[in-house]
Amino acid sequence: MKYNRKEFLKIAGKFVLIGGFAKILKANKLFAAVAGKPVNKEYDIKSNLWGYGIDISKCIGCGRCVDACKKENNVPKEPFFFRTWVERYGILENGEVKVDSPNGGLNGFTDKYKDEKLVKKYFVPKICNHCEHPPCVQVCPVGATYTTPDGVTLVDRKYCIGCRYCIQACPYGARYLHPKLHVADKCSLCYHRITKGLLPACVEVCPVKARIVGNLKDPNSEIKKFLNANDIQVLKPHLGTKPKIYYKGMDKEIF
Amino acid sequence: MDEIIRVLFEYLGKVQGFIYPNEIELHWSILIVLYPFITGLVAGAFILASLERVFNVKEVKPTYRLALLTALAFLLIAPMPLNIHLGHPERALEILFTPHLSSAMAIFGFVYIWYLMVVLVVEIWLDYRKDIVILAQSEKGIKKYIYQAMALWSYNISPEALELDDKIGKFVTIIGVPSAFLLHGYVGFIFGSIKANPWWSSPLMPVIFIFSAMVSGIALVMLIYMIVSWLRKVVIDMNCLDTIGRYLLYAFIIDFSLETLDLIHRFYESNEAFGALAMLMSGKLHISLLIVQIALGTLVPITLLSIIQLIKVKPEIRKPMYFSAGMLTLIGIFAMRWNVVIGGQLFSKSFRGFTTYKLELIGKEGLMTAAALIILPVIILAVLIYLFPPFAKETGE
Repeated sequence: MKYNRKEFLKIAGKFVLIGGFAKILKANKLFAAVAGKPVNKEYDIKSNLWGYGIDISKCIGCGRCVDACKKENNVPKEPFFFRTWVERYGILENGEVKVDSPNGGLNGFTDKYKDEKLVKKYFVPKICNHCEHPPCVQVCPVGATYTTPDGVTLVDRKYCIGCRYCIQACPYGARYLHPKLHVADKCSLCYHRITKGLLPACVEVCPVKARIVGNLKDPNSEIKKFLNANDIQVLKPHLGTKPKIYYKGMDKEIF
Repeated sequence: MDEIIRVLFEYLGKVQGFIYPNEIELHWSILIVLYPFITGLVAGAFILASLERVFNVKEVKPTYRLALLTALAFLLIAPMPLNIHLGHPERALEILFTPHLSSAMAIFGFVYIWYLMVVLVVEIWLDYRKDIVILAQSEKGIKKYIYQAMALWSYNISPEALELDDKIGKFVTIIGVPSAFLLHGYVGFIFGSIKANPWWSSPLMPVIFIFSAMVSGIALVMLIYMIVSWLRKVVIDMNCLDTIGRYLLYAFIIDFSLETLDLIHRFYESNEAFGALAMLMSGKLHISLLIVQIALGTLVPITLLSIIQLIKVKPEIRKPMYFSAGMLTLIGIFAMRWNVVIGGQLFSKSFRGFTTYKLELIGKEGLMTAAALIILPVIILAVLIYLFPPFAKETGE
């Protein structure tokens, strides 16, 4: 077969077009996930239930998790918007409690407490609690915030009307209004990652393994072992929200 | 976006103690203060109107139509501050089309439409039908067609037809009273049902909202009646004014008792949030709660209204007393809405610190917008009074 230059370019062009289209389709996988189709065909939404563990005794307050989260999820960089943050607690000899979280702990805690009489000090990472009874989901007037069958609370950005009722209803301060998109935003447990078998950004970068994540339905998962082996507490249990973020080594001063 | 960031950096410098980093932004601004304030005026004005219709308090008849028109004027504006406040106002109708039924906010759309269309518009229409028909037959030009359309091209004003109007009207008012309670009690529930916020979370909230609504609505109609009478240069019916003043006092005493009960309960229980709330009351809300709401906006008007009940005061002195009491009441109830909405967001849910709120003069959620939203219903009311003169009956014009 002989092709002249024009015919060759025509055929080559078609190939490029098809290749490009395939690439677009691939990029649209995320869209497919939103439309209810699983991102990963091997991911079985029904056999998963996500839980998250935080070992307070391990956290060193380096703030890498906060930084990684902001980068991974395009969280606005200003110090008013956090999907995760780290709080520092210092207990003085006289029982006084000092708490701070400058820039959500993103830059670490380089300054030291000036007070010498510190008897106890620890760091507490916080994220959305992905509650079993989420008050934010209950109050959303249009159902834009919802819980997935595998136990993650998400926000549909195309549906949220920006009334901020969910922000008021969250007892943990886990939500903010995205200043550019004007919709509620919060930790998604890196849903786009965990459903592909990857770890959430904050878990991935933690240098001391203070954060772990896993399937609560799997008896051999890391999270299940973490829950079974340790004394576990959750934040504000009296509110009945039933958080799925589990803390090990939680002091009474932590709210 | 830059504007909000600039404001937030300003707030950041004013944070007291520790708050969660996402809590620096105060989410519900003065517009959300206006929302319960305006809806309260609607519910209160309607309840005053129903005093005459349902409970046969004939003395307040001169204000019956005025109260209904006031309720309508303010109700038309009630959803506006909410819509302006939304991050995506273009999606506002989703609340009606795809409501999430477990959300207290989602139900507002339906309560609102029920109240506006089924109660208020029908009641006003029935009450004015005779006037509209007469106007449709006597007016000329475009006004004639407007009134004809309003009469729905049905001009039967025989005594039998009017009697039927009156019967249906009374029935609508009877439905209207619980509807007014529902409208504003429900607004109270929006706040009272938020367990995350100890300043809001209280089963008393809807009840307090209902009674404070009655107080503000009655005070508003009383003031409008006085002002309109002065503008029209007609004599104020002192019997009517005294009766309104009496009912205002009754509603106020119940309202104040409930609020005091709520406060005592908080002090006595002293739960985990009490430290933060006590600091809130004595600190950030010192002026707006203790001085404006409780002292100036509650105790002074209650005292003024009580004096009139206890000793004989001349009508020339009673009038300015009623006027001052009415004005102070409105200021006090506005302060109450402010203290609930803004106050409930000033403290951190960690109970360890406070953020701040500065009311900007201009901007989407500034003072000018708020002022416009308060003036707008007054203009609408003036138009409504022009279209549907509420005074025809008693002056026989």
